[in-house]
Amino acid sequence: MTTEPDSSAEKAEPRGAASATDPPVGEVPTTESAGDTPLTDETAKAAPVTPTDETTATPTDGTASTGTPMSADLATPATIMAPTAAPPPIASAGRSAVGTADLVFKNITRTAGIGLLVLIAAIAIFLVLRATHALSANTGHFLTTEEWFPNETPPKFGVAATLFGTVVTAAIAMIIAVPIAVGIALFITVYAPRQLASILGYVVDLLAAVPSVVYGLWGLIVLAPHMKGVQLWLNDYLGWIPLFGGDSVGRSFLVAGVVLAIMILPIVAALSREVFLQVPIAHREAALALGATRWEMIRTAVLPYGKPGVISASMLGLGRAMGETIAVALVLPASFKISVHWLEPAGNTIAANVANGWGEANDIGQGALIASGLVLFIVTMIVNIIARAIIARRRDFSGSSA
Amino acid sequence: MATRIDVTGLTAYYGKFKAVSDVNLTIEPKNVTAFIGPSGCGKSTVLRTLNRMHEVLPGARVEGSVLLDGEDLYGPGMDPVNVRRTVGMVFQRPNPFPTMSIYENVIAGLKLNGVRKKALLDERVEESLRGANLWDEVKDRLNRPGAGLSGGQQQRLCIARAIAVEPQVLLMDEPCSALDPISTLAIEDLITKLKSSFTIVIVTHNMQQASRVSDATAFFSLEKTGDPGRLVEFDKTSKIFTSPSQKRTEDYVSGRFG
Repeated sequence: MTTEPDSSAEKAEPRGAASATDPPVGEVPTTESAGDTPLTDETAKAAPVTPTDETTATPTDGTASTGTPMSADLATPATIMAPTAAPPPIASAGRSAVGTADLVFKNITRTAGIGLLVLIAAIAIFLVLRATHALSANTGHFLTTEEWFPNETPPKFGVAATLFGTVVTAAIAMIIAVPIAVGIALFITVYAPRQLASILGYVVDLLAAVPSVVYGLWGLIVLAPHMKGVQLWLNDYLGWIPLFGGDSVGRSFLVAGVVLAIMILPIVAALSREVFLQVPIAHREAALALGATRWEMIRTAVLPYGKPGVISASMLGLGRAMGETIAVALVLPASFKISVHWLEPAGNTIAANVANGWGEANDIGQGALIASGLVLFIVTMIVNIIARAIIARRRDFSGSSA
Repeated sequence: MATRIDVTGLTAYYGKFKAVSDVNLTIEPKNVTAFIGPSGCGKSTVLRTLNRMHEVLPGARVEGSVLLDGEDLYGPGMDPVNVRRTVGMVFQRPNPFPTMSIYENVIAGLKLNGVRKKALLDERVEESLRGANLWDEVKDRLNRPGAGLSGGQQQRLCIARAIAVEPQVLLMDEPCSALDPISTLAIEDLITKLKSSFTIVIVTHNMQQASRVSDATAFFSLEKTGDPGRLVEFDKTSKIFTSPSQKRTEDYVSGRFG
């Protein structure tokens, strides 16, 4: 009993002392000092700052027999100067020093983070340059013009009609998909018996992993043809509401919205299920113990707790719906017209317009499409900011602080 | 108005596992009854059968009968929702609804019962919070989140929430085990005060607590892990802690066991 702590303490002491003076003295714990030494040698060779490198690295080993974080901190300056030289010693020295691994990981993540920002900035600059070029040649007003003739001379185009179509189809998709998705998630997490729930949960996760265009094609080929009856019914009986009015029905905003709803349904359902699973049992039991029925328990404990998560999931779905190209391009007749009759065969969206128009676009035309893409980006950003504001408004009550 | 509870031949299962076997006891109205015993002996399980919270867990079921003033809680046509409105519960960890304010937490149960009148709700909030010895500490911040209170305050908030619906019985599952000694003392004082209005059943690991607050004590134990828990002895608290009739009870309360 008494020898063990003693010996370990002794081991710890010499290790630090030995590596401070000359590395290879230590017996068993040489893994650390052996790992450290090659690194400093390597970096010293690679970087032209040899003296500082040695002096900063060596005392670290000597003083910090226990602390790896300290050695990592002190060794940082060396590797900032020679970031490319750091990985090889780790590869060769293998599983050895924790400090080295920390260092390498830190630099990899830092490079990745900075790289991403640079990449985004580069893309943004490129897009803005191309777009500005086209916009300066535009003879219409980009935000209010409904026509889209960027390839003519003089070019005249505006994003009004496609932006309208994007917002309307995405809104229809959200109105249909979110309640159904939340319903599915609630059924799986609260109502379904345990075995069925685990199977269903697995299936929903699988479905969410399938590319949405697959559902889009199904909606297009199987569902859309059957939408005619529904649309006629809506037109006949609810035609007095402008949205359902109009002279004819066909490949309309409504059909596109339904197809989009099908596409985003699995991902919203899967994420909502994940969120509802997080609701602590304690809160659910608290509601039940007050005499809540299952539905009352959902309203009291599950939905309020899951609301921020469901909003986030919906935003992800909305992003997909607004960015969807092919399925919408196949449904909508690509007419550039703002119509309040959502059953009429008319309309287009920004994303579908890009997919349709890119092939035959000239230089100005491509710039115009890029500009419309930037508008889509801004709209998505605004929607996300609003969603975050909604979530943040009652942060105190989110339960995360508890 | 408080109620007497008669438990007869109660056996509780979790799936195939028999957690507690053949419990018979009578809980007197306006009394504090403590359940004590080592971990896994089924005392919490028995407590949860008294308001049908046991069956909330998947696969859990109960045999035997629990009579609340002569009415069988497990009788046909008895809705667990109604049972839980009559028999309130406070849990081991304070669990106020994090998305609700202090005020909303207290009225959560009333809202489930369809009470909407603002004046009545205001009145009940003050009454319940005063009942839970919490009013003076929170009256200026009723609209702040309930999760922002200290642990002891949260537990008293949960008690206020439970008594706001005016149950006849209040079940407490180790209500002080997550609290510091000062908060524990506050809860114990509260239990003594609530006894005049409610029948109280409390599960506790703390034998001093049982001897301080309870009138009657039930000692549960089990032979070995995997066996069902059993009621070993049920008597007046003073008797259990001074001259128990069973050797195992004496071993346990004197600290020679488990």
